[in-house]
Amino acid sequence: MSYANTRSKPEIQRPVSNIFILTSLLAALFMNWLPWEGVWLMLRPDFVAVVLLYWCMNKPWRVGIGISWVMGILADVSDASLFGQHALAYTLLAFGGLALHRRLQMFDLRQQTIQVLGIFVLTYAIYTLAQWQINGYVVWAYFLGSLTSTLLWAPLNLMLRAMQQRRAERESRS
Amino acid sequence: MIDGTQSFRFFNRGPSPAVRLVFFAVLSLLLMFIDARYRYLESARSAVSVLISPIQRMATIPGILWQQADDFFITQNAHQSLLAENAELRRQHQNDAAQLLQLQALQSENQQFRKLDELPIRHEFSTKLAEIVYAERNVFKRKVLIGKGSQADVQLGQVVMDDAGIVGQITRVYPWLSEVTLITEKDHAVPVQVVRNGLRTILFGSGDTSQLSLRYMPVSADIQNDDVLVTSGIDGVYPPGIPVAKVTKIERDPVYPFARVTCLPVAGVDNHRQLLILSSMPKLPERPEESPASDAGKHARPRRND
Repeated sequence: MSYANTRSKPEIQRPVSNIFILTSLLAALFMNWLPWEGVWLMLRPDFVAVVLLYWCMNKPWRVGIGISWVMGILADVSDASLFGQHALAYTLLAFGGLALHRRLQMFDLRQQTIQVLGIFVLTYAIYTLAQWQINGYVVWAYFLGSLTSTLLWAPLNLMLRAMQQRRAERESRS
Repeated sequence: MIDGTQSFRFFNRGPSPAVRLVFFAVLSLLLMFIDARYRYLESARSAVSVLISPIQRMATIPGILWQQADDFFITQNAHQSLLAENAELRRQHQNDAAQLLQLQALQSENQQFRKLDELPIRHEFSTKLAEIVYAERNVFKRKVLIGKGSQADVQLGQVVMDDAGIVGQITRVYPWLSEVTLITEKDHAVPVQVVRNGLRTILFGSGDTSQLSLRYMPVSADIQNDDVLVTSGIDGVYPPGIPVAKVTKIERDPVYPFARVTCLPVAGVDNHRQLLILSSMPKLPERPEESPASDAGKHARPRRND
């Protein structure tokens, strides 16, 4: 299999600044911490998970399990959940992204979305499992979030890629 | 399959993903275990919370702006209804003022009686106003964070209420924030009393819905729809006489030994921005040693009188 038929390869080869990665992660945290309530909270996609998975797949050597774990700790503190709950879930998410990144890069967005759904459901299941161990009950509606996260995958992917491209163009011009 | 990216493996990139996965997964599990069992990590938690609080504060801005915009349009459009509301409030204020005068008279009278009877005098509670910074962002938990913390002398276990009744209890204190567990949190217990007949019982939150339930009520217990439940003050955590909930549904099935009683909180547990924090209760005298089961936990258990 050669490079020629992998569609997204040219973009992936482009360098990304650390600042851009950091900004995107902080923006994702910001989106997660908006005051979602009630039904909207149930339907809230996990922006941090989506962005982390994007970077794990596109820059597997830059953003990996360690950074995902740190983001998980931040999410745990803000959520008042146990230390390590989100961290464990995001660790597995990152591992999923790293393990599948070659395969996913071959796919187009539609095929990617299907694969990504599996990873998100697994992530949510890990979090729910931990919650169930501690509190003894499960809120099934929580899994709706994995569906909306999957739906967010394609638009966010396109958006981040376009922003990367714009930045790269600006840098090459200057 | 030989891929171009394979060549990157020649460089030293640290341990492989699988090793990292195992390391961080074990670390997370360990942290979870420590956090669930002990309270060692609270200082680390508050340190991290100071670190992330700028972003958290920023995330509340859209909500506040939205509310302000909402208020603005209300003043523009609903002039008439605002006037009506004003009149209604003024009328209610007059009513309340009259009742308050009576209350003051009764209070001093009661105090005098208590002095005569040598009962300990009931304490007045000073209150602190705090604003909700975030509502629960976790589907599993009924919690809110309010904008006052240890800097404003908020303490663990203090009771939080709004103008109508009890909202919850402070379960974690950060420097500038504190976390309030709502009474609707699963298994959160409040010792209460029925206003109508003084029946004592315990009210439990039911988790995912905003309801409360009275467990272990005998089928024959004297309880009716619309009974108001107030705190009994027996546990030494909740001050006595504050409304908590109203009974909405009673199912008496003779097959089960207990009636199923569902209540709704009287306080707007889910729909206020301003809350009052009550100062802590004065210490109760030590419980005598005779009872073998010592419930020294958060919620002491009063006995029912039936």
